Amino acid sequence: MVRVITSALRYRAALQISPLSLALLFFLVGPVIMIMIMSFYEFTGFMTVPDATLENYIELFTSSLTGVNYLQTLKMVGITWVVTLVLGFTLAYFLVFDLVELRTKLLLFLLCVVPFWTSSVIRMVAWVPFLGKEGIINKFVIWTGISAEPLQFLLFSEFAVFLSYIQIFTLFMMAPLFNVMARINRDLIEAARDNGASGIQILWHVIIPLCKPGIAIGTIFVVSLVASDFAAVSLLGGQRVGTVSISMIIQMNMAQYPPSSATGVILLVVVLLIVGGIMRMVDVRKQL
Amino acid sequence: MSQRAEFRRAPGYWPRAALFYVYLLFLYGPILIIAVLSFQGPLASMTFPMQGLSLHWFSEVVDPGGFSRQDFRMPFVRSLILAIIVMVLTMGLSFLAGLAFRKSFKGNIVVFYVVVASLIAPSALISLGIGLGFNELGLQSQWYTGALGAHLSWTLPFGVLIMLAIFSRLDPSLEEAARDQGATEWQTLRNVIVPITLPGLIGVALFGFTLSYDEYPRTSTIVGEFNTLPVEVMNTINIAATPVIYAIGTMTTLFSLLVIFASFLAVYIIQKRRTGAGLGIARKAAKADSS
Repeated sequence: MVRVITSALRYRAALQISPLSLALLFFLVGPVIMIMIMSFYEFTGFMTVPDATLENYIELFTSSLTGVNYLQTLKMVGITWVVTLVLGFTLAYFLVFDLVELRTKLLLFLLCVVPFWTSSVIRMVAWVPFLGKEGIINKFVIWTGISAEPLQFLLFSEFAVFLSYIQIFTLFMMAPLFNVMARINRDLIEAARDNGASGIQILWHVIIPLCKPGIAIGTIFVVSLVASDFAAVSLLGGQRVGTVSISMIIQMNMAQYPPSSATGVILLVVVLLIVGGIMRMVDVRKQL
Repeated sequence: MSQRAEFRRAPGYWPRAALFYVYLLFLYGPILIIAVLSFQGPLASMTFPMQGLSLHWFSEVVDPGGFSRQDFRMPFVRSLILAIIVMVLTMGLSFLAGLAFRKSFKGNIVVFYVVVASLIAPSALISLGIGLGFNELGLQSQWYTGALGAHLSWTLPFGVLIMLAIFSRLDPSLEEAARDQGATEWQTLRNVIVPITLPGLIGVALFGFTLSYDEYPRTSTIVGEFNTLPVEVMNTINIAATPVIYAIGTMTTLFSLLVIFASFLAVYIIQKRRTGAGLGIARKAAKADSS
């Protein structure tokens, strides 16, 4: 009798998970397999021929552009990660530990989250009237005499892309940090203080270690979002910023599917390795 | 009074508070600026000083004349339809998956990791893969086929992770109580689990709707002949820079804010009713007690 029930339960769970599994099979696993197959096809320069060649990968690994692109991507990821981590941590700390009333905390937290549910394309465009040659910052710079010429590095530059990344992605670091900080038992902090720990010591030896899962989740988000972005780079980077994702998109738009696929496969492998490494250190599932 | 005097801010409070409010300004400033700039006159530039004051650019969006190449109306309708479909599918699939994960079925770890992979996979990879898949089948991907799938690959991870979080906080004794009282599985689901998880489901709906409505990177190359709104906006930026971009930006952001507000209101009403009902029962019990 018991066995019948458990098998019925198991059958029901299989039924419940199948729609999700099918959707992911069709729109994630399938496409990735397609790309893997395509990456072994031959590209003659204007045509794609079914084949089983390593040419695309050899081309990719021997091209000097690959290294340049990966360095650029690494730089974008690294700087964005450091800034969003420090900023996100401080913001979350302010909300959790500096504010007293729960209602204020939640309200201000929501104010930080709301832009996430609005258009990121529009939020990128919104930097143009700020940073342009005739933009607000340059008007101010010339008016105050800080510089006689408008600053050129503001728009269509790496700087603009960073600004946009920090604006859009800080939330992804801050929200998980807010979540873990809010769960820190205040008695621990009291205990540390009673034992004579200074503010810095409490931060370093109590709060930050307890924040590790939040940092891990935030890092997963920021790394994968920056590595995958091409919209901000193409809109605000002014063709001066060459990342791996951009090179993949350019190859794609020129219908060079096999080399584009090889680029995509390697990028996916790199992102999965980084995220896999983080998930080995911290049990993300326990944080839900 | 004396308590107030004793209350001291932690060291570093003011710098942190200042940073927080500067961050909010950084977050909202640009979008507020383009909202202001979209009220310029017809001979406007892309930045300050404002050239006149009018609703010209809004009327360009709502009713573009015969000369205008940019018509955002149908892209908006497409994005709206797509977002609703994605929202409903994300809610349904995530809820069912949440139920399944409670019983830790065979292969649950694999499914969980695939969900995470769907979240972190590079956008260009997803759209290229889906596009190639459609090519292989001799079809062209459209906004309601390939792009729909690409949107699901982005919204489902959020939906599933939210549902996992909701279900992990759901007290199993509530269901046991329902079952002990003779409720069938279906009744337990309908009358216990769904009502309790409803605020979370609304959250999933909000993510599903807004993430699809605003999706650009996974959509751009597989949208087919007809553009969704974000793709149309991005194309317009590349073709012609006029304040019509600011007007459509302001309008679509307002629309998103409306959706966010509506879902918050829904959650608020549910919570209020819930505590209200709870209080009602408690009051009745108190009355019965005292009489």
